[in-house]
Amino acid sequence: MARVVLVGNLAQITGGVAEFDLDATSVKRVFALLAERHPALARHLEEGVAVAIDGQIYQDALLEPVAPDSEVFIIPQIAGG
Amino acid sequence: MATMLTTATDLPQTYVGTRTVRPDGVDKVTGRARFGADFNLPGQLVGRVLRSPHAHARIVSIDTSKAEKLPGVKAVVTRDDFADQPSEFIPAGEMMINYRDMVRNILAREKVLYEGHAVAAVAATSVAIAKRALKLIEVEYEVLPPVIDVMDAMKPGAPVLHEDLFTVGVEPKPDKPSNIAKRVEIAQGDIDAGFSKADVIVEREFKTQPVHQGYIEPHATLASVSEDGSAEVWCTTQGHFIVRAHCARLLGMDIGKVRVTASEIGGGFGGKTVVYLEPLAVALSKKAKRPVKMVMSREEVFKASGPTSGAHVKVKMGATKGGRFVAAYAELRYQAGAFQGSPVQPGVMCAFAPYDIDNVKVIGYDVVSNRPKVAAYRAPGAPISEFAVESVVDELAKKLDIDPVELRLQNAAREGTKAAYGPKFGPIGLIDTLHAVRKTDHYTTPLEDWQGRGVASGFWFNIGGETCVSLTVNEDGTVSLMAGTPDIGGLRASLAMVAADELGVPYDKVRPIIGDTGSLGFNFLTGGSRSAFSGSMAVVEAARQIKADLCRRAAKLWEVPVDQIEFEGGSVRPVGDAATKAKPMSVADMAKVAGKTGGPIGGYGRINAQGAGPSFGTHLVDVAVDPETGRVTVLRYTMAQDAGRAVHPSYVEGQYQGGAAQGIGWALNEEYIYGPDGKLQNAGFLDYRMPVASDVPMIDAIIVEVPNPRHPYGVRGVGETPIVPPMAAIANAIENATGIRFTDLPMSPPKVLKALKERCRNKV
Amino acid sequence: MAKHHVAAQVNGDEVEFLCETEETLLDVLRDTLNLTGSKEGCSSGDCGACSITLDGRLVCSCLVLGCEVGGRRIETIEGMARGETLHPLQQKFLEHAALQCGICTPGFLVASKALLERDRDPTETEIRYWLAGNLCRCTGYDKIIKAVMDAAAKMRRG
Repeated sequence: MARVVLVGNLAQITGGVAEFDLDATSVKRVFALLAERHPALARHLEEGVAVAIDGQIYQDALLEPVAPDSEVFIIPQIAGG
Repeated sequence: MATMLTTATDLPQTYVGTRTVRPDGVDKVTGRARFGADFNLPGQLVGRVLRSPHAHARIVSIDTSKAEKLPGVKAVVTRDDFADQPSEFIPAGEMMINYRDMVRNILAREKVLYEGHAVAAVAATSVAIAKRALKLIEVEYEVLPPVIDVMDAMKPGAPVLHEDLFTVGVEPKPDKPSNIAKRVEIAQGDIDAGFSKADVIVEREFKTQPVHQGYIEPHATLASVSEDGSAEVWCTTQGHFIVRAHCARLLGMDIGKVRVTASEIGGGFGGKTVVYLEPLAVALSKKAKRPVKMVMSREEVFKASGPTSGAHVKVKMGATKGGRFVAAYAELRYQAGAFQGSPVQPGVMCAFAPYDIDNVKVIGYDVVSNRPKVAAYRAPGAPISEFAVESVVDELAKKLDIDPVELRLQNAAREGTKAAYGPKFGPIGLIDTLHAVRKTDHYTTPLEDWQGRGVASGFWFNIGGETCVSLTVNEDGTVSLMAGTPDIGGLRASLAMVAADELGVPYDKVRPIIGDTGSLGFNFLTGGSRSAFSGSMAVVEAARQIKADLCRRAAKLWEVPVDQIEFEGGSVRPVGDAATKAKPMSVADMAKVAGKTGGPIGGYGRINAQGAGPSFGTHLVDVAVDPETGRVTVLRYTMAQDAGRAVHPSYVEGQYQGGAAQGIGWALNEEYIYGPDGKLQNAGFLDYRMPVASDVPMIDAIIVEVPNPRHPYGVRGVGETPIVPPMAAIANAIENATGIRFTDLPMSPPKVLKALKERCRNKV
Repeated sequence: MAKHHVAAQVNGDEVEFLCETEETLLDVLRDTLNLTGSKEGCSSGDCGACSITLDGRLVCSCLVLGCEVGGRRIETIEGMARGETLHPLQQKFLEHAALQCGICTPGFLVASKALLERDRDPTETEIRYWLAGNLCRCTGYDKIIKAVMDAAAKMRRG
């Protein structure tokens, strides 16, 4: 089970629940499972989050694989200037 | 600290790491290079913008009829020429962009929200006629009271900019609109428990003013729309694919029908990641059926393009006697300008990121107010929050009687540290930069009276993103390289060096250009410290395709199995059992027989670069304070920053020095000065005082290299981190010189003098 | 209103042009003579990107009117190189990476050349104060000053 943590405001949408253990092998599946449990999250996951998998930040992570013992953080998207 | 690369190249590197002369340099030192305002087309018209004289007003009516009738006026556009856009956030540039806000920013619809807000635009046959036409446009305003300062904008009863803006991120959802667009928060551990363990606590409030990116080249564009509705646009921009996307969206055109060419860019620093004139020029050209050229004046740049946020920041940190940080708390209130979208979120995430602290809580507020919409400015959000944090860290060091570099070393984030915003860091160089600075002789040089020394650290996440680079081997063996991210200073040189090393060809045989949007797949913009990082990755990908292809061609030519062919040192050669079957052929040799062996030789790197590594830096500065004038002089400046792997050391140093100079300006003199009527009083370079050559010393730039394991050469982006530490480093130096802690930026002479006088008075 | 007819010398060539009263020399150079090397950064003489020399004197061309230059000698960035040979300042700017975006570079080169023509061995401080009228936002000035000092040394060696 991958450990998935919502950083920042996203936890407000889930009523304060910020950590999940999910049976998912890709970020796409992680998003789908989260959206199943908390439909209000779906739009935010589509609108712009970055995903850190085991310390590596991905800005467009949809198809990235997630290992059974991965630590996944869903954080606001970052850009720059 | 340095980790050995695992995906690294074993290629001998002749060029990467050396100081070549940039291939686009001759044009720039001779005046031949063409920037945004240097393009002209036959029959072109002059475009000018009518801008609001009020900081806040409802638009009652706009009447352009008289202007339209003026001879020489070929087109006029207003809000009626742009379809309204639904509210939708997409990543484009620095933050999430909302097209509903963007269409209102390029031309006001219901309200004007800042002095300088565009209301209408005309295209005419001469400057004089265009100016006269603007005077003939009649706009009726219902003037409203403005609010600028972030704290004022948050107060209940403040003038509200948007009747439909309800704060997101608070429970319960507010039922009244306000100027607070969003509340964001990150937290880990238990803040209260953390503070209860602290032996020493420092709590401070800070204030910063809006500052402009200050690019010397104003916004400029030339648009030409044909009768079939296709548009060509030349503009100065950090992202021509982004300009294409915005113009297509705002004007309801197919992306494929808009072709944008990026001119050379005269500075951007984040401020040219958005559009102002381009959609207007396209709309005018569409109506006039002639090319339309639009260039902003310097006053327009200050009044109508987006400086960064002014802010109010509260920081509270606690540490044990031994110097361990046990708790860190901050509240950030950032101005977004007329529409929501300040960089408060990255400001929140960066605030304490350089440190390993168990208990952290940072809250941020995104607040609208009647000044231009914020645009990105180099590490958006981080300079403000880290100015405050690094100032407090310095006070802790003083209270604990621990050397400020030593205190940072004790708490520094390292590989494996969990950042407060979530993920664990990979290999990073903060500790290396602290050591590098401490080892300099600058660190121990004695100081005189009224002189002080300060140190501060900082970082930026850096990004990768979508990148396309094409590499073509020409018939004579020269290599054409086409990248898609505008070159703000040194990119073409760096990419050419990587291509030369990858293919084993001489550097001067590689000719790099920046292609237009019709020539390459989508490229995200130049920003986020990504162009050398992502571009070089794509070059490596393209080069590897070429090398594999050359091996296949040689295999056919020599009738040798392809697994007995190798590419090495710029040539394909048979190896193993086949070693004697044929003589090696260089890239140039293969190029001569390209047609015979399958056709033109090329590679196309199309990637979404991931794995950008953060870049940490530490700055050390000596200042002298003049007690009679309050003037602070920067005597000496040393900085160390982690580049991962410096492809071209001179241009890496250039990013370091340039960012530091901008930080010096932000610290000592730059600010937007508003009158009580909400109008900008210093909209020019005379009174918006940026550093000149006599304001700064030589800036010693130390490149530290902790390779980024996710990049084939170990490269990290470097462009943004340099602007993060300077303000705190200078504030810390001033405190060291005078004993006075300044918490308000800029620390300009009148403020310093006033504080010195007050201290004298208080002592008497 | 009738335009003015002006005859002047630009980079060694005799030129003639028409201009409105309010047109600056910068406007004339860029829009009428198509010499776009001089840049417009502020139109108020604060940034130096439009620097040229007028009868050998360093000025901001945005502060000079087109109709004022009749019979006078103008030198712009376009006249700095001699055929294929770059001026030592141009060469040193490239070697020292004294430019990033390059928009301020023509102004700095013209200004530096004017300095070295009157003082062959300026100190670092003298160079910084002479160039204080030229704004650069990219480089922090460090490499520019080094390039000017190196070019001065080269020119002194002859």
